[in-house]
Amino acid sequence: MSIAAPRRGDGRPGALWAVPALLYFALFAVVPMALVVGLSFTAWNGLGSPHWAGARNWTRLLHDPQLAQSLRLSALLTAVTWAVQTLICLPLGVWCAGHQRSRAVLSTLFFVPLLMSSAAVALLFAALLDPNFGLAHTVGPWLGVPDGNLIGDPHRALWTVTAVITWQFVPFHTLLYQAAARQVPVQLYEAATIDGADRWRQFRSVTLPQLRNTVVTSSVLILVGSLTYFDIVLILTDGGPGTSTRILPLHMYLTGFSSFDMGYASVLAVLLLLAGTTLSLLVVRVTGFRRMASQREGLS
Amino acid sequence: MKRALTAAVTPGGSRRATRRAARGTTRSAVTAVSAALVLAATATACGSGGPGGSGSGGGRVTVWSLQDTALNPVQKDSISAYNAAAKGPRVSMQTFVNDPYKQKLQTALGSPNAPDVFLNWGGGNLSTYVSSGDVADLSADLDAAFRARFLPSVLAGGTVGGKVYGVPMEGVQPVALFSNKDVLARAGIAAPPASWQDLLDDVDAMKAAGVTPIALAGSQAWTELMWMEYLLDRVGGPQVFANIQAGRPGAWDDPAVATALTMIRTLVDRGAFGTNYGSVGQDSGGADALLAKGRAGMELMGSWEYAGQLATAPDFVQQGRLGWSAFPTVPNGKGDPKDVVGNPSNFFSVTAKSGERAAAVDFITRTVAAPSYVKDLISIGQVPAIAGIEEQLRTGPNAGYTTFVYGLVQQAPSFTQSWDQALDPATAQTLLTNLQKVFNKQSSPGQFVSAMDAA
Repeated sequence: MSIAAPRRGDGRPGALWAVPALLYFALFAVVPMALVVGLSFTAWNGLGSPHWAGARNWTRLLHDPQLAQSLRLSALLTAVTWAVQTLICLPLGVWCAGHQRSRAVLSTLFFVPLLMSSAAVALLFAALLDPNFGLAHTVGPWLGVPDGNLIGDPHRALWTVTAVITWQFVPFHTLLYQAAARQVPVQLYEAATIDGADRWRQFRSVTLPQLRNTVVTSSVLILVGSLTYFDIVLILTDGGPGTSTRILPLHMYLTGFSSFDMGYASVLAVLLLLAGTTLSLLVVRVTGFRRMASQREGLS
Repeated sequence: MKRALTAAVTPGGSRRATRRAARGTTRSAVTAVSAALVLAATATACGSGGPGGSGSGGGRVTVWSLQDTALNPVQKDSISAYNAAAKGPRVSMQTFVNDPYKQKLQTALGSPNAPDVFLNWGGGNLSTYVSSGDVADLSADLDAAFRARFLPSVLAGGTVGGKVYGVPMEGVQPVALFSNKDVLARAGIAAPPASWQDLLDDVDAMKAAGVTPIALAGSQAWTELMWMEYLLDRVGGPQVFANIQAGRPGAWDDPAVATALTMIRTLVDRGAFGTNYGSVGQDSGGADALLAKGRAGMELMGSWEYAGQLATAPDFVQQGRLGWSAFPTVPNGKGDPKDVVGNPSNFFSVTAKSGERAAAVDFITRTVAAPSYVKDLISIGQVPAIAGIEEQLRTGPNAGYTTFVYGLVQQAPSFTQSWDQALDPATAQTLLTNLQKVFNKQSSPGQFVSAMDAA
């Protein structure tokens, strides 16, 4: 096909190649985003037609008593999930990258949660967290909670949710680190060994720098992803007890689909959109990821 | 209570199962798309009005109902019988999954795609449709003899401003106090509590016997709401909530509200619900299991509890260990001790724009109280809202229980609809959140009242 033919000279495919992706992106991302911005200026309960409301929804943002708590909870969840998952996934991924058979078997087991949908994970944990008949009954006392009241306690609910989210996403990020660790050229380790570096030193001076871009990728995914976590929270706690786990995306969802206040929910959606974009740009810029500098200059 | 939206008590607990399945699908579907996307996508989907309605007029009566594996075959039989006998337009039924139905209905009612007859939940839900002028006033069409065939407290659920807009088409679902007779006996309690003081004494006795006195699924606030609904009615009478529902200024400030909340706090502080109720779920069966396995003595739940227990713990029910009773009385309460709360019934209404209004009314009046339909409802485990069927229930399956439920509703001077159904969605949300905070000791009764005043 002539369309697919590479252009003269630069050896790169033509712009037409991007059309399917662009169309898809426009239809399912750009158009809905524009609609959400439009909806944020209307009053609409999901029925009939939206009515123009001017900036009323936006001024309400300043007086929403729930917003501060939701922002705080979202920030906390983001920070904690990032820290915990990176601390677990990086070493685990590097360990899994080893070619020993025992590691291969265990790695396969670690990836099981990756095969389950969020809804399935949440429903599974909802059963496990039952304080009388679930795992919480056994595990609770070990954690200093004799009555197993983990998910239903206002002070413990967010931590419990964080643990479930971590359980779900650790395999994915471990997989990223495993793949990246296997890409590290073996010559680097050989050279380090010749230089007398022990294993810890090799990890610090070879593995970590080589994983730099993977750390950025994984962090962007975790940070931006945590802004849209809500399925697990929705099913596990529905934002409760009270409002103890009503993170920003859930605040948006409940406002839109339980209170049927689509206008204000759209304001919150725009807020999330801005936060996500800003965060992702910030991480990419701060880490110098955009420069796409190679970590392996000079290696063949 | 959310449960209200699904059909009715069906044998084998299919009500709870469908409910849970519906929930699961909705949620997994939601997760497939990013949150912001969902908002916008729904916006466009709803804006287009939605296809599927076959439209009114044209010599056909369209009936919209909910998907319900037990009820739908009964409805189909009833419709075929009607079509075979009637000379007018033919009736056809379309059924919808519970959760999206409410939304579809509200979008369609004002559009040319509206059905002729539609299922609704009566009360506050129906009155929003009535106030937007979408529902036909059936007062003139339904004569006194027809109205007298229904239990008055249930028919009231289809009445808005003194005019009849909805006719009960299903079983009744009052909330009652369920108990484990073994546990009560072990704690030295002879009978379920008849008064508030009895309840407090029983709580102490069961605590001393080492069981959780009352099973409560505190992770789902609508189960906690049942306590509030009954206590407020017993303390202040049905008018207090009627004022709240009507949006009267200061309605939440009625002293009865604070009194009822204080009584809830008394129960909580006394350890009536144990300590870990916040983690217990209703959809997951956590609270029901506590009762069935003898780890708790009592549970306040909708009348579907019986069918649910029959499905999950058949021995518990069949060996006669499941007990049931009316909600206790309250000293110096203004409410009639015979008042009930819950879900009066589901209703059939006719759309204001229906082109086949006469035929639609004819269909309703000839089917929903017909002896064969009532018999079929009883056979699938429902307790129809029809007057004078005690004898029929007594000879039917699970007679001891169905006659209790029937008597509860039949003698009730007032049947208050579940608040989360009766109030507008935004207020209901605020209510559930704030009530949960009271149960979790995060809010005082005073804080609850000011939060609801501000809502």
